[in-house]
Amino acid sequence: MASNGHQRDDESIDEDETPTKQPRSDREMPGCFRNEPDNEAASPAGRATSQRQTSNSTARLRSDSVKKTRPPFPWFGMDIGGTLVKLVYFEPKDITAEEEQEEVENLKSIRRYLTSNIAYGKTGIRDVHLELQDLTLCGRKGNLHFIRFPTHDLPAFLQMARSKHFSSLHTTLCATGGGAYKFEADFRTMADLQLHKLDELDCLIRGVLYIDSVVSSGPSECYYFENPTDPERCIQKPYTLENPYPLLLVNIGSGVSILAVYSETNYKRVTGTSLGGGTFLGLCCLLTGCSSFEEALEMASEGESTKVDKLVRDIYGGDYERFGLPGWAVASSFGNMVSKEKRETVSKEDLARATLVSITNNIGSITRMCALNENIERVVFVGNFLRVNTLSMKLLAYAMDYWSKGQLKALFLQHEGYFGAVGALLELLHPS
Amino acid sequence: MAEFVRVDSSTSSHTMDKSITLPPDEIFRNLENAKRFAIDIGGSLTKLAYYSTVQHKVAKVRSFDHTSKEATNDNLYEISVQEEVTARLHFIKFENAYIETCLDFIKDHLVNTDTKVIKATGGGAHKFKELIERKLGLKVDKEDEMTCLIKGCNFVLRNIPHEAFVFAKHTESEYRFQTTQPDIFPYLLVNIGSGVSIVKVESEDKFERIGGSSIGGGTFWGLGALLTKTKRFDELLQLASKGQHTSVDMLVKDIYGGSYGSLGLTGDLIASSFGKSATADKEFSKEDMAKSLLHMISNDIGQLACLYAKMHNLSRVYFGGFFIRGHPVTMHTITYSINFFTKGEVQALFLRHEGYLGAIGAFLKGAEEDNPNQYSWGENYAGSSGLMSVSPDMNPMQRARSGTFDMLEMDRLERKLVNLPLLQDASSYIPDTVDLIEDAPAREYWLFCFEEALDGVVKRAVASQPDMPEAAERAEKFRQKYRHKLQTLRHQPFAYGSLTVRSLLDTREHCLNEFNFPDPYCKIKQQENDMALKYYQKAVKALDGLSWEQRQFALVRGVLAGNVFDWGAKAVSDVLESDPEFGFEQAKRQLEERPWLVDSYDQWFERLKGPPHKCALFFVDNSGVDIILGVMPFVRELLSRGTEVVLASNSSPALNDVTNGELQILTESIAAMDPVIQSSLEEDRLILVQSGSSSPCLDLSRLDKVLAMVVRERNIDLVIIEGMGRAIHTNYYAMLSCESLKMAVIKNSWLADRLGGKLFSVVFKYEVPITDHLSAALTP
Repeated sequence: MASNGHQRDDESIDEDETPTKQPRSDREMPGCFRNEPDNEAASPAGRATSQRQTSNSTARLRSDSVKKTRPPFPWFGMDIGGTLVKLVYFEPKDITAEEEQEEVENLKSIRRYLTSNIAYGKTGIRDVHLELQDLTLCGRKGNLHFIRFPTHDLPAFLQMARSKHFSSLHTTLCATGGGAYKFEADFRTMADLQLHKLDELDCLIRGVLYIDSVVSSGPSECYYFENPTDPERCIQKPYTLENPYPLLLVNIGSGVSILAVYSETNYKRVTGTSLGGGTFLGLCCLLTGCSSFEEALEMASEGESTKVDKLVRDIYGGDYERFGLPGWAVASSFGNMVSKEKRETVSKEDLARATLVSITNNIGSITRMCALNENIERVVFVGNFLRVNTLSMKLLAYAMDYWSKGQLKALFLQHEGYFGAVGALLELLHPS
Repeated sequence: MAEFVRVDSSTSSHTMDKSITLPPDEIFRNLENAKRFAIDIGGSLTKLAYYSTVQHKVAKVRSFDHTSKEATNDNLYEISVQEEVTARLHFIKFENAYIETCLDFIKDHLVNTDTKVIKATGGGAHKFKELIERKLGLKVDKEDEMTCLIKGCNFVLRNIPHEAFVFAKHTESEYRFQTTQPDIFPYLLVNIGSGVSIVKVESEDKFERIGGSSIGGGTFWGLGALLTKTKRFDELLQLASKGQHTSVDMLVKDIYGGSYGSLGLTGDLIASSFGKSATADKEFSKEDMAKSLLHMISNDIGQLACLYAKMHNLSRVYFGGFFIRGHPVTMHTITYSINFFTKGEVQALFLRHEGYLGAIGAFLKGAEEDNPNQYSWGENYAGSSGLMSVSPDMNPMQRARSGTFDMLEMDRLERKLVNLPLLQDASSYIPDTVDLIEDAPAREYWLFCFEEALDGVVKRAVASQPDMPEAAERAEKFRQKYRHKLQTLRHQPFAYGSLTVRSLLDTREHCLNEFNFPDPYCKIKQQENDMALKYYQKAVKALDGLSWEQRQFALVRGVLAGNVFDWGAKAVSDVLESDPEFGFEQAKRQLEERPWLVDSYDQWFERLKGPPHKCALFFVDNSGVDIILGVMPFVRELLSRGTEVVLASNSSPALNDVTNGELQILTESIAAMDPVIQSSLEEDRLILVQSGSSSPCLDLSRLDKVLAMVVRERNIDLVIIEGMGRAIHTNYYAMLSCESLKMAVIKNSWLADRLGGKLFSVVFKYEVPITDHLSAALTP
């Protein structure tokens, strides 16, 4: 690998990007320009770094610390979760003609491939609606793209990276999520890529705070549901996440992590639960034979959970007044399914809906307890379980509001599942 | 959220089988005297409670009127067997399929009952209302389920020592019974029925449902049935116990390749339940899915319970409901979850009689006018079937029909039992010295020992009732019952809570009473008392002739020698039986010479040189030589020193232990010969109280309320506990807040070996509480 890397180093030296005149964006995160770690020099990427600094020297007059520390393109951030790989890609739009000429073919082709398609292979998808345009990042202006594909297709991704000679680009691939650890060796052996592994919770928080700070046009990044307890009047409303701390951050991926965040660097993982998005999908696949999250959600939206669940009123004929439990509350998830007759009358859609409702309510319930124990009133729900899942979001909004008697507010973010990947990208640009 | 599963046709998957015959005589006992019923009908089990009176024989002693010439023999007192009526609570648990048969049985056997109402609770109460009303002609009166549950929980916690246990799988003793705290409140009850209810209980009448979850037993059952096509709850648990969840669940290591070190999450933790089943093209085994589901639900409930316990700052968390109900599988997963989420700070507690709580509570609701909580109740080991008697996991052999009936009987005790006020720390007091659940060799020995002694006990029982021809038959039934209990305990040492020498002795007493052998030793006691009384004056005179110093030692030796006379100890009963002339003097010669095995006589002697004690409380042991020639002279010396003495003896018979009734007569008789005793009685400086116990051992946390009152009033500053049962099997490590003296002779060679001594080794343990600076502290 070392010799291979060396050869490619030679190839790419000249093609390394040159600094631009682009001024620093006022939307950039402050205080993020730091020197790269010393040990960079020892890694394969270190060659590229020193090389880049050499080329920077040609424009030293106008240079500033931004350029000195700016990594070479392409800029990726990756979050390899239990179910999905989330990839953010920064597409520079301010490439000068000079740059264009110097740009290696590899880099061009990757850019073209990613930006001109919205689907990759069978399972890769670019969430076009989430794309952030005209973003200034590290002095460069461009668009931030959000791409995802199933973790089980990672080998195909690595194959592509290999065929496109990704490793010749000397980019540091910042990756977080468990997969960064699990597949580190695969990246190295299959694609000759060295991962810079990052803690997923650090990345998550960094990503959330960053995205919330840079999104100013278009739909508000953060939103909530007004009148969550009244389905007729329940509407999505923008929310400004100023003075966000303290904050309870609930990340619903395959599993769930609940973090109490007191500042960008001061946070703790309060707890987590294994009943998350993976459970919803896993159970739905077993119960209904579906094979994708979208399919499961589609079914859930058409089903009726009350046929599957046993409600308080099914037991008490109405409210259980002694304990202030409303008749409509679920007494036992899947409780009606102990009956053979009822098992025979429910549809797959009903089962999908019941699965969604029980997983969602359970997350709501644990979250609410954590909020109380931590004495935090604002809860931000993120993670890909919430993608195109208004049903769950409204349920969470309802549950937070109803059971806390209006004390707790459930907040959601447009870029649901991508914050870890964004955090990883930020680490590439501004190592902490 | 709800506490139960509503009974619908599928849950009672077995149809009503009218041909079901009930096992004879064992269940529905004392039905003819039953009054006041309560019923708790759950998803699969029905629990019936009734209050009944039991007529049983008690041995009474009555002093002969020696002034008249009627007395035809030399006996001091006469023994009569009388009928006594006591109150008993019966609880029976059976599968719902038996309801109709059981109701018919009750109707046919119910002789006279004034009651017009049956209290009912549980989800099935509604469904079976009509049936019950029609069959029994009683009006069904529904009671709130949670209220019943809490009432029942309070009742068992208060009345059954070692009701609660911790479950530790993969250890020598899976069931670790907990000492019941003097104050049972506050606690958290997590009831896992079809849903989960989390209730905070602050006092008898104050409780609040602070939370719950819809993911509970119904979810396991319903979702499990969908996933595995297995209908029955028990079968699902069986499947789960055979499965591997790792093929279905996504573990941390499936995501990370190893552990998530920075968060301290190990690789084997479940990151996403069912995370690996999110695929359409793979088959999963029923067992694996059931296991994964069990983990998912147990972990979730455990997590919520911990969050609520933390929020309300509660450390006692009891789990109940049909999801738990004695299933080792769910107890294990819940325990695991609680350990994980609280890092071991909170222990998951389970209850032996968890299944009966609703029925007990419903019954208590109906019995409020009788104020059952003003009494103490005791579990009757003879009539109760013990923990897990019907669990298929534990006892596959008992899956026979009769085995599906589970029973609990509680006797109303004559008096309210309370802690001895002199316990240094009532909350950590454990009466028993050896826990036979944990100590397997000791368990083996004692079970063997009790089994071997059974012939002798049977013989003794028959001999105690020479005028009753059917005594032999009853004695045989006793033998079978007790032997069966011993066998049960061999396989399930945890069946009746802590297994100890005391519980084995108590169980034997319960079984003897059950078959109307209220006092098998009455005749022997009578003979020995008569004989010993004859030597009293001679013994006292001999002691009075000694110097003060010699006398103190002779008195102690007298108590110890007297204690050798004990029919409860096998080694001795053999000698006594073969050599009735085995005398007091011989006994003294048998005693170990000083230094004794445990010997603080020198400290005791030094103490005696000091000021007299204000008042001594003496827990006495055997009849005959022990009490008359050993204890009484010792007591006499204390009285002469100016120390008041309270003699505490058993309320009812146990082995050859002197009972309060006997002791009254003996004391009067001694008083007639001895002016010291006479004047002390008259001046109220010597009093007799009953301990409230009818055991050869002594539980200082369950003593007669009157005794506790006397202890407070008299400012007791010395407690003397005599005998192997009271001072070695129990209370050997008991720490008291005043001076204490424990005296016993070890009359069992195995125990002697254990303690590093030999047969007839002496334990003389004089202790002064550490806080007491009067004399040098002698701590073990």
